[in-house]
Amino acid sequence: MSAAVSDRVTLVFRGVRAIDPALGLDATCDVVVEDGVVQAVGAGAGDALVGSERARVIDGTGRWLVPAFVDLHAHLREPGQEYKEDIASGLAAAAAGGYAHVCVMPNTRPVNDTRAVTELMLARAREVHGPTLHPIGAITVGQKGAQLTEMGDLREAGAVAVSDDGVCVMNAQVMRRALEYASHFGMPVIQHAEDHDLTSGAVMHEGAVSARLGLRGWPRVAEDIIIARDILLAEYTKSRYHAAHISTLGAVRLMREAKARGLEVTCEVTPHHLLLTDASVIGYDTYCKVNPPLREEQDVEALVTALADGTLDAIATDHAPHSPLEKECEFDAAAPGLMGLELCFGLLLELVHAGRVPLTRLLHALSTGPARIIGLAPPSLRLGARAELCLVDPELAWSPGQVTLHTKHKNTPFMDRVIRGKVLLTLARGEVVFDAVARGGSES
Amino acid sequence: MTPGAPKHLVSIADLSQAEALALLDSAAHFFELSRQPVKKAPDLRGRTVLNLFFEASTRTRTSFELAGKRLSADVVNISAQSSSTTKGETLRDTVATLNAMQPDVVVLRHGASGAAHTIARRSRAAVVNAGDGMHEHPTQALLDAFTMRRHLGSLSGRRVAICGDIQHSRVARSNALLLSMLGARVHFAAPRTMWPAVPEALGAPISDRLEPALEGADVVMMLRIQQERLGSALIPSAREYAKIWGLSLARLELARPGALVMHPGPMNRGVEISDEVAESPQAAILDQVEAGVAVRMAVLARAASADTALS
Repeated sequence: MSAAVSDRVTLVFRGVRAIDPALGLDATCDVVVEDGVVQAVGAGAGDALVGSERARVIDGTGRWLVPAFVDLHAHLREPGQEYKEDIASGLAAAAAGGYAHVCVMPNTRPVNDTRAVTELMLARAREVHGPTLHPIGAITVGQKGAQLTEMGDLREAGAVAVSDDGVCVMNAQVMRRALEYASHFGMPVIQHAEDHDLTSGAVMHEGAVSARLGLRGWPRVAEDIIIARDILLAEYTKSRYHAAHISTLGAVRLMREAKARGLEVTCEVTPHHLLLTDASVIGYDTYCKVNPPLREEQDVEALVTALADGTLDAIATDHAPHSPLEKECEFDAAAPGLMGLELCFGLLLELVHAGRVPLTRLLHALSTGPARIIGLAPPSLRLGARAELCLVDPELAWSPGQVTLHTKHKNTPFMDRVIRGKVLLTLARGEVVFDAVARGGSES
Repeated sequence: MTPGAPKHLVSIADLSQAEALALLDSAAHFFELSRQPVKKAPDLRGRTVLNLFFEASTRTRTSFELAGKRLSADVVNISAQSSSTTKGETLRDTVATLNAMQPDVVVLRHGASGAAHTIARRSRAAVVNAGDGMHEHPTQALLDAFTMRRHLGSLSGRRVAICGDIQHSRVARSNALLLSMLGARVHFAAPRTMWPAVPEALGAPISDRLEPALEGADVVMMLRIQQERLGSALIPSAREYAKIWGLSLARLELARPGALVMHPGPMNRGVEISDEVAESPQAAILDQVEAGVAVRMAVLARAASADTALS
């Protein structure tokens, strides 16, 4: 990503399929972005600008222009583990993935449990010409599960939610107080649902594959038991609860029931839990080690159904880059996590191509859904909205191993996957932050 | 297997039935040799065997060391730290370093399941898995099958009870694969706290008591119960384990008369196996140890037989 590619130049997306599920918009037309704002949407809206010196006309034929994405869950590793990723490389990856907003988890070194760390993250992000960064503060000091953080201070500094992600808040009393206290500041509490007593030593899903491989299993019930408890606590405290990266059919059922009862609970899913099963671990591929672990076909089925019917509010990448030291080792010793910001949209478009998830649901879960959870004005094609848009080619076939990725580490089992659909251009904060549209010819 | 590719033995699944039988036949030859005053064969003269043990082991390491030396190989024992990451080196670099020393065979013992698999994928030398975590211990299964065949002949239709901590046992996993391949019928017995999450995944029926597995068994294999699992959330006490899941002479009577009693060792006498059973004429436990050297000679000879010249 080069700095200041073409900010503030008028952009004309000519004959593009403009889709914004929140507006009920799905039309092939022109979209004009001027001064960082959506100025015109409509057939022939760009006519007057064609040939104008101040306008860059981009051919939209066969392409889609959609609200840019919002990631609720990324690990950009700064401060403290910049050898894995830093805010600049992470935001560059996010821009290439179509994101206008990225929420970063607090398991940095030191943990983001104070205003100082939140401010440092935001200061770093301001130095980068990229998507907007939103820190998530820790729930407890040092993510140790005991003392609440100064959530008022964190909120004031710019945190949008609290989470001890990577660690579950095991103590029900601490969780209860966290839900109550965070509600003062309008922040959701995001839980990493894992009963650590049930997952001691676990490195993959507990099932037939773990039995054969001799790997210690992480049973579904370890996730479900926390989500069930938390739903009850959220109901009792009348607070907002968000379950991170749900992975089991039980979690889907619990969330569906809770929503049907009108509770303010939401949940997210990762692309890998929608696409892979524990069978990927056969061969002890450490790139398939992730928390929560890859589950079974019936879980994937339940998650895809939940994405299609709206039970799942958001798709979150859980982008978690790791260096070779943490991955080129024994499966037991490998760090869990895989990178995902640049691949998420293309990978999940597969579900749309296969007719399993409606495009509008996918776009909602990538943008409007997550934006609402953190109280952000959703990216939109509405006239007058700040331009946070993403131009995609839904048919372009590519493979992550054959392009230059922006993230520092390539820990993903999708490296050789042929992906159909790619982000070509991203606008965040009204500016172009990623641009892979071929220049020249009629597009110059 | 592509020509010239190393002949790893990471899992029993790496062997066809014919290859397994060929290994057992060749072990019979080495078994006789080991009973001669001069026990040396020239098969691996000039070849190098690295015994790379990331996990403490006296019995298995000694068995492999003797096997290599009786085949005239140069044998080097390396005791490594418990995992690559504790020394801040990737496993890939560890393997690359070892490869550079041009060994012909690397015998690997590791506490992590899959470690042998991971190393074999990157190793030019043939990798022989001498036990990886809870996953597999293929030479143990081969020496067990060898011992059974010596006493029983063909294993076709034979009933083998494998009793104890199935979930944590690499011996159980390798034996289930090999014995089924050789036509035997395996029946597991274990307390439910020591079952694999999906027991059917190991390809044998399982009971929560010894009795159903023992009934009519030709072979009773008792697994070692790790001391640290007693008095935990898995098993309340050695006393209760011995009472319900220990092999006593009375329980052994459920098996076919003269049934073979086996144990991979070292035994916890009085816990999983009573003194009387361990000392009974039916016990083939020392036969297993003897077979171990012969089987490992056969395995090393096979591993070194592939062309390991630099490509």
